[in-house]
Amino acid sequence: MNELRVENLRVAVGDQEIVRGLTLRVPRGEVHALMGPNGSGKSTLAKVLAGHPDYHVIAGKILMDGENLLELEPDERARRGLFLAFQYPSEIPGVTIANFLRAALQARLPEGEELEATDYYARLYEKMELLGMDRSFTSRSVNEGFSGGEKKRTEILQMAVLEPQYAVLDETDSGLDIDALKTVAHGVNSLRGPNLGILLITHYQRLLNYIIPDYVHVMVGGRIVRSGRKELALELEERGYDWAREGAGEPVFTR
Amino acid sequence: MKTKTTAINIDRGKGDFFYPEAHVRDAGVGLTEQTIHYIADVKEDPDWVRDFRLRALKTFWEKPLPTHWASKELEAIDFDKIRYYLAQGTEPKRSWEDVPEDIKRTFERLGIPEQERKFLAGVEAQFDSEAVYSNIKKAVGEQGVIFVGSREGLKNHPEIFRPWFSKVIPVGDNKFSALNSAVFSGGSFIYVPPGVKVKHPLQAYFRINAENFGQFERTLIIADEGSEVTYMEGCTAPKFNTPTLHSAVVELVALKGAKIQYITVQNWASNVFNLVTKRGLAQENAEVKWIDCNIGSRLTMKYPGVIMKGRKARGEVLSIALANDGQHQDTGAKMIHAADETTSNIISKSISIGKGRATYRGLVHVPKHLKNCKNNTECDALLINATSRTDTYPAITVRGTGNAVQHEASVSQVSAEQIFYMQQRGLSEAQAMSLSVNGFVNDLVRQFPMEYSVELKRLIELEMEGSVG
Repeated sequence: MNELRVENLRVAVGDQEIVRGLTLRVPRGEVHALMGPNGSGKSTLAKVLAGHPDYHVIAGKILMDGENLLELEPDERARRGLFLAFQYPSEIPGVTIANFLRAALQARLPEGEELEATDYYARLYEKMELLGMDRSFTSRSVNEGFSGGEKKRTEILQMAVLEPQYAVLDETDSGLDIDALKTVAHGVNSLRGPNLGILLITHYQRLLNYIIPDYVHVMVGGRIVRSGRKELALELEERGYDWAREGAGEPVFTR
Repeated sequence: MKTKTTAINIDRGKGDFFYPEAHVRDAGVGLTEQTIHYIADVKEDPDWVRDFRLRALKTFWEKPLPTHWASKELEAIDFDKIRYYLAQGTEPKRSWEDVPEDIKRTFERLGIPEQERKFLAGVEAQFDSEAVYSNIKKAVGEQGVIFVGSREGLKNHPEIFRPWFSKVIPVGDNKFSALNSAVFSGGSFIYVPPGVKVKHPLQAYFRINAENFGQFERTLIIADEGSEVTYMEGCTAPKFNTPTLHSAVVELVALKGAKIQYITVQNWASNVFNLVTKRGLAQENAEVKWIDCNIGSRLTMKYPGVIMKGRKARGEVLSIALANDGQHQDTGAKMIHAADETTSNIISKSISIGKGRATYRGLVHVPKHLKNCKNNTECDALLINATSRTDTYPAITVRGTGNAVQHEASVSQVSAEQIFYMQQRGLSEAQAMSLSVNGFVNDLVRQFPMEYSVELKRLIELEMEGSVG
């Protein structure tokens, strides 16, 4: 029961079907990597999990610990423990990281209960230390004028503070140099544990050298074409996505 | 993202209630010379004031509605159906205990006596046409500070009142300043003696309780040489079905080296026409600063100004306007440089929600013969929905050499992606909107006094909650 479960999911944007019958299970305590070429539908899956209103679910189910996520608003999903680290995080001018996270935590409390400010800052600073972030960072506006690396680190900081049960990391490695990549990977690794299930979406094998997944799934053309242990990533790196496509009986040069 | 955000009937929260009327003084409906005589009789005006009123009435009649540049909405005001003077016929009380029960309860619900205890140096509470309560902390009074209603000001302190009255804003400045001059009642008169720095703010609260009513308070603040004072005003009215008119005139005089800060917290019901003229005069090295927040009303037209008449005088307008569905906030600032080395600063932020409309009009005037004057103008607009509207009309005339002007304007929109991002962190759509709006005004609000920024943040949250369906 303690898993994020996607069953035979079909998703369309406009009249184009992007996710075409996808099934996936991410139990708590495990890290699953989802790899695939551009346009395979990985990021669409991430947004649908989080409830982005632009995507239309045609069929299938998304269950989190047995609860039907498709009936919930994006913020309700988040408060129940789903976190999405965005590939392109939004800027929120004038709202500091400290105030933003405080509001996010406050939104999780029952009505009439106030977040204790000193506890909150203690928690925030502890997580920042974990991620090697300077405290002055908290007084900057969320993502405004941030470098690519800073944005990704801020996503991981939010994940650390909000302590979700399931986290979807959408191309968290994209646009990072090797040092930034290592820092982000270190952050994710330090959050790994029996209470957190992670779906790690990536285009490249590179990230998986630093965050070792328990399982690897290969997504092509809107569905999962291969699944295996961590070694699958290396095999994929060697043989390419065409090989993965062949395995699934997908035509190679379409789309 | 689909826009679920349609502005709906706002719960104007704690301001939307009223008690049955119990007016003893009532000038009736409509405006004639008889109305003026009634008001002058009841208020026991000196002759010069009665004459001033009658002349102003003529000016009001002569002047056309400014619909050639302003909104046609103004035509919805029927001057013949408004009641111009309503009062209890009693003097303002010095203790809340002596204020009639209904009225006392009104102000208690608005939190005024509590705020007075907490952080104010003095309070005046106006109910319809007249102040019902007026008090100043003993220590402040002992410093020679005068804080009374306009009627007491002109009666008891004519030697200070009369030389400055209507000097910053002439009767004929505009149609509504003329109207106010004809029927004015209530408002504050403040005098701060030389060198006295009033630590805590003085506050006035203007409450409209009656339907079909016009409130025309008149405020005059004189800060003598080297003195400092902060004045806060708050306003509310219940939501009636017929339009209500609020048309104030506020004149500030900062003598050499004095500082006046004037703060408005305005949260009018959505059928109030709020047409206010506010201007300050800053003499040598003096400073006039307007902090002006316009929330609510059907149409607000307000352009606080500063005339910098002495060398090194400074003028500042910091304003925030929030236009919800069906509302038009037509606001801005006027900076008249009339001496060398004068500096002015305008920062205006507007937020438009639903079909709300925000208009910025700015006037900056630096004549040819002046040297080393500076103006900085920033106006930023935030649009919440695709149907929201904003317009900017800056008029900057700068002549002469060595004068510097800087103007920046921006329009931004709360994007669907931004809201989704915030929702993904657990905030509801309304909370996300409200946080975005607060972020937008944040750098400006940081410059406001603490109590005021808290109140403003609360008002914005209330407004956003009501506007997200």
